[in-house]
Amino acid sequence: MTALLSVSDVAIRFAGPARPAVDGVSLDLRAGEMFGLVGESGSGKSTLANAVLGLLPASATVTGSIRLEGRELLGLPEEELRAIRGDAAAMIFQDASASLDPTWPVGDQIAETIRAHRPVSRREAERRALELMAEVGIPDPARRFRDAPHRFSGGMRQRIVIAAALANDPRLLIADEPTTALDVTIQAQVLQLIDRLRREHGTTVLLITHDLGVVAQACDRVGVMRGGRLLEVVATADLFAKPSHPYTRALLAANPATAPRGSRLPVIPPEWSVEALDG
Amino acid sequence: MSGPLAFVLRRVLVTLPVLLAMSVLVFLIIHLVPGDPVRTMLGFRATDATVAEMRHQLGLDRPLLDQYVSWLSGVLRGDLGTDLVSHASLSELLAQRLPVTFELAGLSMLLAVLVGVPLGVRAATGGRWTRRLTEGFVVLGVSVPDFWLGIMLVILFAGLLAWLPPSGHVAFSDDPVGNLRYMALPVLTLATGEAAYILRTTRSAVESVLGRPFVTFLRAKGLSPRRIVQGHALRNAGPAIVTVIGIQVGVLLGGAIVIEQLFGLPGVGKLIVTGITQRNYPVVQAGVLAIATAFILVSLLTDLIVGWLDPRVADAAS
Amino acid sequence: MTTLGLPAAPRRAPRPRRPGRLILLGLLALLLLAAAAAAAPWLAPWDPEEMDVIGVMGPPSAAHPFGSDVMGRDVLSRVLFALRASLLVSTSAVLLSLLVAIPLGLVAGYFGRWVDGAISRALDMILVLPAMLLAITFIAILGPGSTVAALAIAVIYLPILARVMRTGALVVTRNDYVLGARARGASHLRVLLTHVLPNALGPVIVQASILAAFALQLEAGLSFLGLGVQPPTPSLGSMLADGRDVLTQAPWVEIFPGLAIVAAVLAFTVLGEGLRQAFDPEGVAE
Repeated sequence: MTALLSVSDVAIRFAGPARPAVDGVSLDLRAGEMFGLVGESGSGKSTLANAVLGLLPASATVTGSIRLEGRELLGLPEEELRAIRGDAAAMIFQDASASLDPTWPVGDQIAETIRAHRPVSRREAERRALELMAEVGIPDPARRFRDAPHRFSGGMRQRIVIAAALANDPRLLIADEPTTALDVTIQAQVLQLIDRLRREHGTTVLLITHDLGVVAQACDRVGVMRGGRLLEVVATADLFAKPSHPYTRALLAANPATAPRGSRLPVIPPEWSVEALDG
Repeated sequence: MSGPLAFVLRRVLVTLPVLLAMSVLVFLIIHLVPGDPVRTMLGFRATDATVAEMRHQLGLDRPLLDQYVSWLSGVLRGDLGTDLVSHASLSELLAQRLPVTFELAGLSMLLAVLVGVPLGVRAATGGRWTRRLTEGFVVLGVSVPDFWLGIMLVILFAGLLAWLPPSGHVAFSDDPVGNLRYMALPVLTLATGEAAYILRTTRSAVESVLGRPFVTFLRAKGLSPRRIVQGHALRNAGPAIVTVIGIQVGVLLGGAIVIEQLFGLPGVGKLIVTGITQRNYPVVQAGVLAIATAFILVSLLTDLIVGWLDPRVADAAS
Repeated sequence: MTTLGLPAAPRRAPRPRRPGRLILLGLLALLLLAAAAAAAPWLAPWDPEEMDVIGVMGPPSAAHPFGSDVMGRDVLSRVLFALRASLLVSTSAVLLSLLVAIPLGLVAGYFGRWVDGAISRALDMILVLPAMLLAITFIAILGPGSTVAALAIAVIYLPILARVMRTGALVVTRNDYVLGARARGASHLRVLLTHVLPNALGPVIVQASILAAFALQLEAGLSFLGLGVQPPTPSLGSMLADGRDVLTQAPWVEIFPGLAIVAAVLAFTVLGEGLRQAFDPEGVAE
């Protein structure tokens, strides 16, 4: 089976610090799976995700290879990357309130993605946007189409962001901490929405999160990152049953959701600190 | 009550006391003159009888509130009184003078916006040299007094090159081309400084919008930089730019007073200055009232446009 | 127009600024101008009132480096004396405004509530008219002259300076050391003078320096209209008005006074920008 997204030996350096932010990561995403990439903040997981769509600042140097359906993305000119973004591959971000233009009606922000990639009329794009709003579960979409983002709740806003990202039925959706800014109950709903859309459209999802609970709920496989390196890739079931890497075990033990009941939460031992791993 | 209509209504209601306060201030001009304004007007060789007659003619022998009420009701009916020197009706005088001032201010602001906004966008998105050049323009535009710039433009375009007349005016209705030839230098003079302010505001507003997270999502949707800047960054920078334009209209109307004098344009500014030197208080009052009203109404319009551009403002207000 | 570029990410933070250099440059230029103005009687090669009938509208020469005007007066000497009047009117206007604005803003920001409301609303009334129009209205009432011009400019800047002072005082008052001083039984006046004022003064000084640059332009504009400094005292604005009718024949009469205004305005602007970077990083001043 060929990988939908194939990351091999990717290293990312920024102009300032000597240590690479991402260091020799290789990773294959199977078509249609939901892959979780976990790690603490600063582990390089978001940097890697942004590199896939070429969204890193100009001060970043990316080496290695990133292939989407066999096509090399690294080194593509900006115009060709732009044609891929929002079409074959989409991305959503942590804070949905900050992801929408506050001055634009939400419906137009969805239609805009379609018009950026398809030669359809304004009316056709709006009709499609309305369908998408209904599909992601916005109640009474026709009435809410012209409302500005501030008139929606945080969860509803994230649904609109998802609709705008999935407007062109992308093969790959990268979701960078999509539920972190939301309440726990809303988190579950948004995760279920992403999972449902994935199954219905056959979308491959790369879910970036620091929350093992989220991984446990939604992902087929998990990659654990630490200090810019990918430590291991395991099936979600195995992650909790038999984590192989000591850091993963420490991470699980330190998480109140996955730690054995009644046990004290341990401090992650210093031998797995970034410096120790480096040496 | 909510919705756009409520927002408009609320802004209009807030403007009324401002207009009222301004009218009191303008009314008081003649009363605040130290000593006897009538004697100051007529000079000290005037006889007591002449002074008393003039005082009666101006209604200054009546109680203050009474005077204000009848003055204001006159103003509301379009009766601004008479010019003490020429005995002309001040309403008719303003009807001749206001179009000149409004044409000067309107064309200047139009030119300043047409130059300042695109340059501001380029300054926010361009390279190092674009930034340096625009920064230089801003510093000069803000530091050079407009009337001196006007003088330099006259030396260049009317003196050395002899392309344009140095001063004078014909009505647009009499000779449109001639009108614009006379207006060209005054408009260029006023527009340059304004363009610098608008450039600076546009640059910093667009810059701050481009740094916001939603721009990253727009890029992730695959939008072109042009579309991001023109469709989103400018729209979000709009309220800041429009607010500054509203404030600058006041600066421009003030600047027009000096520029009209410099270029011999028969506008309201020139009317006021002549009124002051002749101690012709009713003329000063009428002129100040006209310009201040225009300024306050432009401020109201600015508020409404900002509310229309940014739906959060209108929602928060109602 | 070529395609618009878009920075791929928020611009890198600008390299550390050097406010010290700007402040030094501004102060130096200002001191130079002020010294030249103060020493005008000794520096000026000619009596500013002396008319040289033969040298009317003479171009710049060794004897008259800036040329001579319509009445044959030496432009350089007049510029030096005019600089005196212009600097005097504009700086005294700003100082006068500061003198009133600081206590008003301080009290408004410190006490808040109705005190703040009353002061702020009263000052808002001044902003009803555009600055130039307000100055001219003021002069219409009190009559033309340099004192009235200074007073008018001071009144215009009162709401701006008071508002900046108010914001500063408001921020400082929330600090623990102010509450602590009150708790230790210090009087309001003592707290205001020893804690609030020194810590809130920065932005006001910055604003005052920026406004001084505008005051110079306003004063020049008023004098150009004949409403500011009155003859025979030369001022930069009135010199420009005097040369208005001959500006194509004798442009030097107009060029040099204007350059003097620009130099003084730039000096205040540079100083203000330096002070802003050094003492008002949050941008309380407008």
